Amino acid sequence: MTIETTRRGFMATGSGLLLSLTLPLGAAAAKTGEAAVAGFEPNAFIRIGTDHSVTVLVKHLEMGQGPYTGLTTLVAEELDANWDQMQAVGAPANTPLYANGALGVQGTGGSTSMMSSFLPMREAAAAARQMLITAAAAEWGVPADEIVIKAGILSHQGTGKNAGFGDFAEAASKLPVPDAPKLKDPKDFVFIGKDRPRLDTASKVNGSAKFTLDHYPEGMLVVMVAHAPKFGAVVKSFDDTEALAVAGVEMVRQVPMGVAVYARNTWAAMKGREALVIEWDESKAEIRSSDAIFADYAKAAAEGGLTVEETGDLAEAFKGAEKVLEAEYRLPYLAHAPLEALDAIIEIKEGKAVLTYGCQFPTVDQMAFAGTFGIEPSDVTINVLMAGGSFGRRAQGSAHFAIEMAEVAKAAGRDGVFKLQWTREDDIRGGHYRPAALHKMRAGLDKDGKIVAWENVIATQSIMMGTVMEPSLNGGPDPFTFEGSAHLAYDLGTRRIGWSAMQTDVSVLWWRSVGHSHTAYAVETFLDEVLEAAGKDAIEGRLELLSAEATRERAVIEKVREISGWKGRKGENGKAYGFAFVKSFGSYVAQVAEVEDKDGLPRVTRVWVAVDCGLAVNPNLITAQCEGGVGFALSTALYSEITLAEGGEVEQSNYHDYPLLRITEMPAVEVAIIASNEAPSGIGEPPVPPLAPAVGNAWRQLTGRTKRQLPFARAEA
Amino acid sequence: MTKFIVNGQERELNIDPETPLLWALRDELRLTGTKFGCGAAQCGACTVWVDGVPTRSCVTPIEDIAGATITTIEAVDTPEAKAVQAAWAAIDVPQCGWCQSGQIMAATALLAENPAPTDEDIDAAMEGNACRCATYVRIRQAIHNAADALKG
Repeated sequence: MTIETTRRGFMATGSGLLLSLTLPLGAAAAKTGEAAVAGFEPNAFIRIGTDHSVTVLVKHLEMGQGPYTGLTTLVAEELDANWDQMQAVGAPANTPLYANGALGVQGTGGSTSMMSSFLPMREAAAAARQMLITAAAAEWGVPADEIVIKAGILSHQGTGKNAGFGDFAEAASKLPVPDAPKLKDPKDFVFIGKDRPRLDTASKVNGSAKFTLDHYPEGMLVVMVAHAPKFGAVVKSFDDTEALAVAGVEMVRQVPMGVAVYARNTWAAMKGREALVIEWDESKAEIRSSDAIFADYAKAAAEGGLTVEETGDLAEAFKGAEKVLEAEYRLPYLAHAPLEALDAIIEIKEGKAVLTYGCQFPTVDQMAFAGTFGIEPSDVTINVLMAGGSFGRRAQGSAHFAIEMAEVAKAAGRDGVFKLQWTREDDIRGGHYRPAALHKMRAGLDKDGKIVAWENVIATQSIMMGTVMEPSLNGGPDPFTFEGSAHLAYDLGTRRIGWSAMQTDVSVLWWRSVGHSHTAYAVETFLDEVLEAAGKDAIEGRLELLSAEATRERAVIEKVREISGWKGRKGENGKAYGFAFVKSFGSYVAQVAEVEDKDGLPRVTRVWVAVDCGLAVNPNLITAQCEGGVGFALSTALYSEITLAEGGEVEQSNYHDYPLLRITEMPAVEVAIIASNEAPSGIGEPPVPPLAPAVGNAWRQLTGRTKRQLPFARAEA
Repeated sequence: MTKFIVNGQERELNIDPETPLLWALRDELRLTGTKFGCGAAQCGACTVWVDGVPTRSCVTPIEDIAGATITTIEAVDTPEAKAVQAAWAAIDVPQCGWCQSGQIMAATALLAENPAPTDEDIDAAMEGNACRCATYVRIRQAIHNAADALKG
């Protein structure tokens, strides 16, 4: 089991079968035979070498969530391969070949990798299997239906013949691709549904895994850009005398996003950048502080916003309420802070560019680089490498990093090889944050404790607006701003959900679980408080709000109640228990958190997770995403906050003031996966949203108050 | 000219003596298993051994360690290291993998000092190594498993 991640590995071609297949986007045409007439727009997902190796070209970015292993599992399954012959490599940028059926562009996001590739990858493998069998049947002179494949070996019982995939790779490559290859019956699955080890583990425990940072092409210059200290500021003037005096610094150039230093090694680039003297024009910069921004958001929310869900006369419903509860929540800007800061290798030669990096949106980046550099997208090759985390950071609708890549390459004014490298400080201060959000909540209970009225107004900035993604909104409200607040499974009486579209110069971006990252906290802690005010148990009270059709919701909630041994919110020995449930990215997740008060901060000792993400392709990876998702969300809930000071400067810069959760604070995590034959749904993001509200609900039991402004470590105003 | 022993070989580097060991290892010696995470000794991704002691290479200028013996993930091969790497692989600890070289160098040093660490010992030894994917549940388990394996 190996992973090919080098460009050389990818480019190396031997004789073998390169399977063509039409993607979901073109699937309808293929089924009618039109694609075949058009000559098979070839899509390469599988390469079978004459050495029997099976290489899966994975079109989703491997950033820790496991698509290399997940998609390879699908191929191994339908090929009846031996796991040891399987390998994975990132697919290069090629939108027609590798578009994500769920996103419409080549890209990874929204926890769609398994969901969007589950059938296409199986179909690709099933077609390859059929072609291998056809080739073997011809050579052996036996009927195809007498040939079986098991663990990577084709065999024919009557003649005693057997052979490996590689023996027929060439012959199979000359055969037509079958239109409708037969997929396995799920009851015959050998790999799918079982724990599989990750393909990339071996290289990640011995240091051999190659990431962008690890590539050193001949003649490469390291480029670092001094970015503006405030959002919207631009360079007024600069003095590079001292920078150019640093040994190893080759040149300094102004680019639209700042001043770029080109050096022969990383340390020289760092020192050179440090030595720049730059005067910034801040006349158009965002100068509001976070507090001022929240004050503006509160004003906007009070006006009610744009209605995104309304089920009746809310004012009338509140009139009928015996008891009304209100609350305002403030959720901060968040940096993704993946350990690998943004980086990329840029090779420019005779008007063509080769980009090598952990690219999450190849379509968008390819177009943006080409447009900025002034060449055709077809002249931009992107080799996609694994990324050291992302959590949304590399999924850029604005393509700001690809644009910066093009700008520094253009400013160099010559062919060459450049490694554009951000530092931790660039990352933390560089914007593209989870948008800050303010939630104004109101709920009414009747005399029997039934929720009869519910209002949630959200003031937050859209991630889509102002980017190439905006047209897909069709002028309507941005659903990513209020997902998890509207159209809930709970019966909350007469409802109104509003969204106030906020504008700032602070750049914002998808961040693991997107809108759910803030809506879940507001909705699930407020609901818990309302249920408690009605004298109801956190779990039983929620189950009462679900319709009979909400079977999947009910199943995960009941499952977590069972595995946690739920006895109510109050615990003994200074412990309290919080519950939360969130459906996101097609998956259902319920969590219970066991929490203590440790010096004024929640100390989370155990978390129970029940998840329904459809058919569990690889329980090992699903469990890992749940464990990691809990830790990531706890890190955020406890500590994460990006703030703008008076004047607009970001106050945080590195992990000392944007701390990450440590092993000392990691709770024990128990995960139960609901058995399901439904189509696979998301797992990278769904474990994140319920954690903070589960902790918040337990914390209210310990302190008597809901924490309304995260993170928990933030001093109360 | 700064001299030290890296993974058993004597190396001489004629570079800025202030250069952090991390960048000397990576940019000069092409030992790329050691990662850059923060540049400020805050995350532990750059952890290597300097004379057997887990050290944040991103803030260690090479001039401060002239003559030292450095071991990186590429060459660590003590019994503890082998047990740790095997334990890591057996339960698939890594997700994105970026911090894992540093985690393994820290865990290996812990087991060399303390063959049967408690959860508290693990916390104390590993607190400096952040994992953004939060693979901590499996890191803790893998260290216990490695300790058990070493006991035989």
